Amino acid sequence: MENLKSTPLEAEHIKLKAKMAPFGGWNMPIQYESIIEEHNQCRSKVALFDTCHMGEFFFKGDLQETNIEMAFSFNIGTIKIGKCRYGLILNEKGGIVDDCIVYRLSEDELMMVVNAGTKDKDFNVIKSVLKGNFVFEDKSDVTSKLDVQGPLSRDVLRKYFPNVIDELKYFSFTKDKLLGEEILLSRTGYTGELGFEIYMPSKICVDVWNDLLKDERVKPAGLGARDLLRLEMGYPLYGSDLDEDTTPLEADLTYFVHFDKDFVGKDVLIKQKNNGIEKIRVGFVCEGRRAPRHGYKIFAEGEDIGYVTSGGFSPSLGKGIGMGYVKTKYSTENSLLELSQDKVKIKAVVEKFPFYKDGSLRK
Amino acid sequence: MSKYYSKDHEWVEIEGNIGIIGITDYAQHQLGDITYVELPEVGSELKQFNVFCTIESVKAASDVYAPVTGKVIEVNTKLENEPEIINKDPEGEGWIVKVEVSEMSELSNLMDKDSYENYVKGLD
Repeated sequence: MENLKSTPLEAEHIKLKAKMAPFGGWNMPIQYESIIEEHNQCRSKVALFDTCHMGEFFFKGDLQETNIEMAFSFNIGTIKIGKCRYGLILNEKGGIVDDCIVYRLSEDELMMVVNAGTKDKDFNVIKSVLKGNFVFEDKSDVTSKLDVQGPLSRDVLRKYFPNVIDELKYFSFTKDKLLGEEILLSRTGYTGELGFEIYMPSKICVDVWNDLLKDERVKPAGLGARDLLRLEMGYPLYGSDLDEDTTPLEADLTYFVHFDKDFVGKDVLIKQKNNGIEKIRVGFVCEGRRAPRHGYKIFAEGEDIGYVTSGGFSPSLGKGIGMGYVKTKYSTENSLLELSQDKVKIKAVVEKFPFYKDGSLRK
Repeated sequence: MSKYYSKDHEWVEIEGNIGIIGITDYAQHQLGDITYVELPEVGSELKQFNVFCTIESVKAASDVYAPVTGKVIEVNTKLENEPEIINKDPEGEGWIVKVEVSEMSELSNLMDKDSYENYVKGLD
């Protein structure tokens, strides 16, 4: 058995009778009472997620002189102070090492938020491109994060952050105080709803969690609901939908690659851009309630054309949904697919993300 | 009328030579939110302790084993669109199939309610 790490909230999850399971090396709550109800809670009110497992790196140094741009597929220097940006860390083959969000804290300071399971690898990959004078630290162990997500999240958080909450735009952040400690409040998330992430010193995490749950509009939600919410939006999950053998072009994340700058793996991506790609990530909606799982094969016109990387039941559509990689010629909207494993065969149609279109994300 | 339970967490309620089959409350709780039930066809033959149906939940797909041998005479078609009935009322409205039981002697391979409850306690 691997040694699982615990977030500061483990005892709270157990008190709430959560089903716990390993995720990215951590013992995490998968569900409290019902994954579907937790999903609906996030779509209609406010869901509270423990995301303390994620990694936070802090960087200080001149962006040009330290060469840090090389570590990211997207421009760091053009991120305005107070804004953050989603993008990718790549290897020499153009494969995805991780997806991440970079926060511009000041002219020469950044925070990088990465996935739990890839944290140490990410740190080393970023560090390997750095030169000259810099400070680069992994502060994941002393940084906690809570995700407050749902159409009423702004209303719930207003009493804590009355002066800033209404001004905060999508993919913006601000520093503020909470329980006497400095925190970072960011309007970001992984659900497709209006939502915020609070980065805080770990010592106040339990108190913040319990105080938020006193509000009857707020309920805890586990990683099961989080997975359905992100799947309905078409957001990829690193390790399931993205890996080191897959490039951003294949993952249909080209939007997050800035070809006007240099970065590790760029030459491979330019070749793909010019020559085309053989496979690409698509989303699909199933004919009925039955959903495929990671690893199902994808067929079209009787030919084996790809594989499912994520699948599940969409409570919003009442149908099975998922994403996977298919031969490029079958990636057009309305292509008919058959998803199969052993005797199970599911008919599905390629559709554009997001599958859930009524989200409060930008409201 | 009497009810029997299997180690795989199915129940069968016997009335005359008819058996109504479903999964137990313990089973539905383990599965979590049920999203899809693959029902067998009317007329198909079930064999005791063989798979006769698949239930998918948000978390996983699970096989359901027949507690008795018999021929399916009715399936609970309500489950096609409202599989969550099994979560709400697994041992009532959430029944899965009715069968003509062909081997009544097989009931001796099953447990009564008290034995099943003790069995479940031992699992936690």
